[in-house]
Amino acid sequence: WSLCIISTPLIHWTSRSKQSAPARDQFQEELVIRPLHSGDIYASFQFRTLWDIDFLQERQKVSHYRLFPKSLGQVLSKFSVRELHISFTQGFWRTMQWGQPFIPSPPGAELWVWFHDTVSDVDGNWKELTNVLSGIFCASLNFIDLTNTVQPSASFKPLGLGNATDHRFLRYATLPREIVCTENLTPWKKLLPCGSKAGLSVLLKSEKLFHSSFHSQAVHIRPVCQDEQCTSKAWELRQTLNVVFDLYTSSQGKKEWSLFKMFSRTLTEACPLATSSKIYVDITDNPELNPVTPLLSQAVVLGDRRTYSVFDLTRAETFGQLCSLNLLLRWKGDSDMLRPLLHAERYVAGFGLQTGEIHTVIYNNHPYRAFPVLLMDSVPWYLQLYIHTLTVTSKSRDNKPSYIHYQPAKDRHRPHLLEMLIQLPPHSMTEVTVQFERALLKWTEYTPDPNHGFYVGSSVVSALVPSMVAMNTNFTQDQPLFSSFVPVKEESSYFVRVYTEPLLVNLPTPDFSMPYNVICLTCTVVAVGYGSFYNLLTRTFQVDEPSLPLEKRLANLIRRIRGVPLLA
Amino acid sequence: MAALQLEKQRVRNAVLAIAAVVIVVGIPLWWKTTETYRAWLPYSEISELDSLQLQLSVDIEVVFSRGTLTPEQQKKVPLSHVNVKEHQIDAKTGLRYKYETRYRTATIMEEDALNQPTAAEADLSLHMLSENSCGSVVVYVIPESSALMPEDVKAYVGQRRTVLLRSPPFRSSWSLKEVLSNLDVEVEQVVSTMSFGHQDIVAALSNRVRMTKVTKESMADSMRAIKSSPGYEITFSLLNPDPKSHSLHWDIEGAVQSYIQPLLNKLAPIANFSVDSQILYYAVLGVNPRFDNSVSAYTLSADSLSHVINPVEARLGSNAASSNPVLNFLLYVPDAHHSPLYIRDHSKREVPSNAFHSPRWGGIMVYNVNEMYGPEAERPVDININMAKVMGVFLAQLRLMLGVQRTHPPTGFVLQSPGSAGLADWELDRLLWSRSVENIATASTTITSLAQLLDQIGNIVINDNVAQQVSSAVTSLQSAVAELEAGNLAFALHYSREAVLASERAFFDPSLLHLLYFPDDQKFAIYIPLFLPMCVPIVLSLLKTVSEAKQRLADKQAKSD
Repeated sequence: WSLCIISTPLIHWTSRSKQSAPARDQFQEELVIRPLHSGDIYASFQFRTLWDIDFLQERQKVSHYRLFPKSLGQVLSKFSVRELHISFTQGFWRTMQWGQPFIPSPPGAELWVWFHDTVSDVDGNWKELTNVLSGIFCASLNFIDLTNTVQPSASFKPLGLGNATDHRFLRYATLPREIVCTENLTPWKKLLPCGSKAGLSVLLKSEKLFHSSFHSQAVHIRPVCQDEQCTSKAWELRQTLNVVFDLYTSSQGKKEWSLFKMFSRTLTEACPLATSSKIYVDITDNPELNPVTPLLSQAVVLGDRRTYSVFDLTRAETFGQLCSLNLLLRWKGDSDMLRPLLHAERYVAGFGLQTGEIHTVIYNNHPYRAFPVLLMDSVPWYLQLYIHTLTVTSKSRDNKPSYIHYQPAKDRHRPHLLEMLIQLPPHSMTEVTVQFERALLKWTEYTPDPNHGFYVGSSVVSALVPSMVAMNTNFTQDQPLFSSFVPVKEESSYFVRVYTEPLLVNLPTPDFSMPYNVICLTCTVVAVGYGSFYNLLTRTFQVDEPSLPLEKRLANLIRRIRGVPLLA
Repeated sequence: MAALQLEKQRVRNAVLAIAAVVIVVGIPLWWKTTETYRAWLPYSEISELDSLQLQLSVDIEVVFSRGTLTPEQQKKVPLSHVNVKEHQIDAKTGLRYKYETRYRTATIMEEDALNQPTAAEADLSLHMLSENSCGSVVVYVIPESSALMPEDVKAYVGQRRTVLLRSPPFRSSWSLKEVLSNLDVEVEQVVSTMSFGHQDIVAALSNRVRMTKVTKESMADSMRAIKSSPGYEITFSLLNPDPKSHSLHWDIEGAVQSYIQPLLNKLAPIANFSVDSQILYYAVLGVNPRFDNSVSAYTLSADSLSHVINPVEARLGSNAASSNPVLNFLLYVPDAHHSPLYIRDHSKREVPSNAFHSPRWGGIMVYNVNEMYGPEAERPVDININMAKVMGVFLAQLRLMLGVQRTHPPTGFVLQSPGSAGLADWELDRLLWSRSVENIATASTTITSLAQLLDQIGNIVINDNVAQQVSSAVTSLQSAVAELEAGNLAFALHYSREAVLASERAFFDPSLLHLLYFPDDQKFAIYIPLFLPMCVPIVLSLLKTVSEAKQRLADKQAKSD
């Protein structure tokens, strides 16, 4: 008991502010819990480390780390990275049932990096960077090479400071087949200053996190403004983890959850290194929440005004008498979910193993506003796109894209890149189709288990969606983390990125014992041909004397026994 | 009958023609198309390197100051004298030490310098007079009665490459030859202190030579030192297992600048160093310290220290940006409930520095903070770490790791403390000698084993890149050996480093692995459907032709008889 009182984070906070020289780095942690319309629970962790330092400044070598992880800092300065976004996702985010996620990510692994414009050999840096990152995150990022890397011209703009427009310094790659599991979570947790020992990160138990419908963990590094005036730069490291628990089916249809049920842990303290540590629970639909908190907060996120109960873990009274916080929430009513205004899906059509057709369907659910979207497609070279068959139709009428950027593939060197700016009419469905032919690979190019099929990464739809409510454009420090990731530039719209499903395409697959069979068959054919030829050349042909018929031979046999002269 | 003969002749010719086509066209074609590409390697030079005869040449300058030689002796002083010692280490490795001694009398300026009141000042002013090249040694012989050094001191080794040697007692009746030979013994001791001892060189050859005749101590020294490498990463980590009660501040940036950087600047010719630091929270040691009632403190016994490192190492993380070896230095501040914590050695005494090191890995120091605050201090307590104390320990450990051995001078020798640079010039020389020899040994072993491997497995593709690396390694090695022989220590180290780099690049080239998995028996199993039906008739008919020819020859002989 007494221990708990002594080590209250409140006292910790006062002593920290007393410190004479303020630390140049700070750490914040946050958990947002939102009950979903479908009965699932969406939990989103965000950990942010801010460091007032410039990695890329010449002469000043950064080598002394406090809260910022050393491994990532070394990577940033060695490869002159300006912005780095990496995500690992298991499962597919169902936009129509769950709404928009705070930070979207495609299934598998996604990596996009803006290099600083002083880098001369971007491809070399990119290759080395992917190898180093695959070591840091225990993932197969080393399979990223030129054949699955693209340089999108418009879809991936820097999210941090600076308006770089030269997409030569941008690299984007996805690995849709990447399977995310515990071995990726452990190094991700190791980057947190408190590890998994204190604060919100104690909830990150892999046996629960991976027993879920959707799991996505990401690292975003970018330069940001240090203060509102933006006089100096700071580096922001945002580690996010989004998970959707399917508690509705596992608890026999009861719509209730608790921290303990979800994570098999309760909270006892904030991370002592964190300047802010908060839990936000979405109570817009008036659920029954226990314990109650007087702190309420309203935020406009993704065009929707939501109300949150706030639990501040740095205050002792949050944990109550038991020194432990276990949130409990029950909700009944089938509330109306705000229909996502933008939604996209994709499938492959056609039959046989020669040709096919990719269909991408984009929905604009806004009742009366049209808005433009950027569609980006990166297709591997072994699906040879026939770009002349590209059609875009909305409401069964041809919809001519106002901007098309197409970079054709080179066999074994680079994938197709197709970017289009399409105007979506209000309340409409827009279909983009393109035909392709399947290439025949060399026998060493097939992946293990080639009959499973080949994955094609998600296409990316990015848009500024008109908002129903006014967005919050002023930038303040005490904004919750989940609403401050993508800067909002105007009140009337918000930025959304939607990833479609990855495709699974079958390629013509040979029988892999074929090379040996071919060698044997060829050798045999050659040998037979050679043998007859050789025989023809080296045999002497003579007229054979016909042998006696059978009855004469029998007669001769008898005659020999009798001692009579033989027949001729 | 004649027609039959003619037909037989035609068949014989056809068989011979087919055999000729198969042998002249078919076999070379098959050989050429299935051959693996193997670039040319300098095998003969590599086999020369396999038996390594190293010669180490040291330049020694002996300067007689006034009052050490009689005038007639001075006139007869020879200009130079070469002394060669040979050691055969094993069948393939030999060492030759060549001590080239030049004698001269002191100049007036040097006499002035030697008249300074203390040895340290004399050393400094001698250094101002002339700069000595890397690896050389200058011995100033001063009169027996000189007051420059205390009575019982025989020799004073300065911060640079000079040594003041008290002249041994001479009898005036001695000839110059006797004097010089008497001096030689002393000079040899000086050289083995300031340049290299035989044991150190043999220890540096440990990559080539089985260690049998090496003393346990120099063996331990060479095992402790991290292997020679073109670069090192030095990482300082502050482990704070209890951030709730301790808020630790360390001025690592300033401490590195003032304590570590001077040493590293001095060591720049040996390798590139990069230094970084991090703070790890909630990092704990792998063992639970035992509470000792008698001293009311927690203790770690020497036996349990080996279990400390592994759990911590998982948190340290490797350097993502380079593949150089990492030296870790950890400062561990025990949590409030396990303080104070002391390390005990094998004889159960507390270690005064409260630190220990692990060979080739780094060092760990325990820093107790429990006395810096009272029990009712509000948590977390702000604590500033005394970096002078910490860096003293880490610097000593770093010197050990880098192979700057503690020299054990012979009795009567005084070593001046290395001063702010943390390393005397002659200590650097010692390091350069042993590193050059070690690099040469490593590179020659790597290259010979690579050549042996490539020779044994004919399936390995040797591409031009590998061949080029091998030949550049061989040339660098040859230059390194030659430079050592000529006594140019700095160049020898430079070339030996290049040789190591090139030989490792060649050895670990990924292209060497590509075709390893097609053994000959499997290849021929695939070829059999082609080879068997083709070769059997040819061979059989050739045999038949030969036997017929023999028969005919025998018939002819019988006829002529």
